[in-house]
Amino acid sequence: MSVEVKDLSFSYGEREVLRHVSFTAEAGKFLAILGPNGVGKSTLFRCVLGLLRGYTGSIAVEGRDAAKLSTREMAKLIAYIPQSSHPAFNYSVRDIVLMGTTSGLGAFSTPRREDERRVEDALEKTGIAHLADRCFHRISGGERQLALIARALVQRAPVLMLDEPTASLDFGNQLLVLNRARELAREGYTVIQTTHNPEHSYMFADRILALAGGEVLTEGTPREVLTWDTMRALYGVDVEISSLFGDRVRVCTPESVARGEDTRA
Amino acid sequence: MKRRDHLLSGPATLVVLGTALVVCTLVSFLFGRYPVPFRELCGILGDRFLSLFGGGIDQFWTDAMYAAVWNVRLPRVLMSVLVGACLSAAGAAYQGVFQNPMAAPDVLGASAGAGFGAALAIFFGLSSAKITIAAFGMSLLTVSLVFWVSRRAKGEKTLGLVLAGIMISSLFEAGTSFIKLAADPNNKLPEITYWLMGSLSGAKWSEIQFVFWPMLLGLVPLFALRWRLNVLSMGDDEARSMGVDAGRLRVGVIVAATLVTASSVSVSGMIGWVGLVIPHMVLRICGSDYRWLMPGSMLGGAVFLLIVDNVSRNVTSAGIPIGILTAFVGAPFFLWLITGRRHEE
Repeated sequence: MSVEVKDLSFSYGEREVLRHVSFTAEAGKFLAILGPNGVGKSTLFRCVLGLLRGYTGSIAVEGRDAAKLSTREMAKLIAYIPQSSHPAFNYSVRDIVLMGTTSGLGAFSTPRREDERRVEDALEKTGIAHLADRCFHRISGGERQLALIARALVQRAPVLMLDEPTASLDFGNQLLVLNRARELAREGYTVIQTTHNPEHSYMFADRILALAGGEVLTEGTPREVLTWDTMRALYGVDVEISSLFGDRVRVCTPESVARGEDTRA
Repeated sequence: MKRRDHLLSGPATLVVLGTALVVCTLVSFLFGRYPVPFRELCGILGDRFLSLFGGGIDQFWTDAMYAAVWNVRLPRVLMSVLVGACLSAAGAAYQGVFQNPMAAPDVLGASAGAGFGAALAIFFGLSSAKITIAAFGMSLLTVSLVFWVSRRAKGEKTLGLVLAGIMISSLFEAGTSFIKLAADPNNKLPEITYWLMGSLSGAKWSEIQFVFWPMLLGLVPLFALRWRLNVLSMGDDEARSMGVDAGRLRVGVIVAATLVTASSVSVSGMIGWVGLVIPHMVLRICGSDYRWLMPGSMLGGAVFLLIVDNVSRNVTSAGIPIGILTAFVGAPFFLWLITGRRHEE
């Protein structure tokens, strides 16, 4: 039981953002969190990462109560891969990845030679070794995302949390990053990812958690979750769901388009 | 394709700046109204050094040379090095924690507070030691006040802190102006004005003893926390997810930077531009990695202030206050930095 969230509720002042959310993310599994904008995905992420306190309910990471963990202990358990990253200074890709070693260092230390070796390994593994000396600001969005994944690997945490990693990427890079995330799950990492793309979650995730209005709408395998009912409840859109390639792929088409009611001449 | 946004590697930068510091220090002893030849200089310094171990060198220099080197030049050189290193390190630290390249050591009111404290002490005719203490104490008090106010500020915390710094600074500057208005224009007013301009003339061993420990107490953590400053520049959420408690780190670095700024200003008056120009110059040389940028800024600041102070005490007989010179040198240099050609990738 890698990440276990039980009865989690959170409010910003009067506004209740999460209501009694419970789910489990297992080691070696890729969990996608699906839901429309403003549904509380980010808040949920921030709670699990320990960035937001003052929630009710419990979050256990690797069997330990997240509320009682220090920032550093938390960083040893969960690595965070943000949607985009804007360092205030011009760092090289290698510098950025090296920052992942921080949780293993004392407060007053700098990375050692051995840490730098781990960075080279992570760069190799994510296939961006050739970018190591490039400026982080000047590589493509997909390459940046891979660099942040490399940084998370260097952090040596068993849980990886990706916040809409494909949001601003082109089609090819989206597939590259999602493939990478799935491979990492196969290697034993607990991968949790928020996403706006139901079709991608269906193709790559092992389980999908659908959030609506701050509550869990449904949770299950992609086949259980990616249905007409769920899409309707999540996004308020009537869709035709087509199954392709022996149900390895499901395509959501708006019903108006599927029925030829499209207004284009 | 190699990244070329800086000139030298980190270690090479430190070697170059370290060498420059040693050379500038030695040269500083040679310049002055009372000439001391190089051989005699080495003799005096060697004698003092060996006396630590109970040794010594037979005197072949005059007592006047000894007095010039030991009582006048050495404290002044040491003070230039310390103040330069402190102001520059504080600037680099503030730029890191506020993620703002325009943050200077006086952003949280340390200078304005020190100026007010010194003006007040001069107004009441206190001794020079007490002026230093008053400046130091008032400086820390001002920054504490800024912290206290910013805790009550709504909205974004860092912005609140900077705004509180600006407001309280101008409040204390108004206070200083009022003291100047009320001060005796024949003796007190010129003394206040001169103090505010910033000067290292008349640096004494007693002043060095007073500020050395607070400076060390600030410089050591700034140096030790330099890696975490890199991580902090990714933004608070990312820094925390990598195990750096962003809030605590920011407060710790600000306290250390304030301590060295207050110490510097209390003995040297207001010396502007060092904290802004030097970190930017070092950044151009070695890049933005604080592992090298922080020690590089310390060395660079020391070298810069030594050079400027040499100009200040040797070019004119009256000795132009160093604060005026740093502005004359710093502002155009900064303009050159921001308009200069960047090294393309």
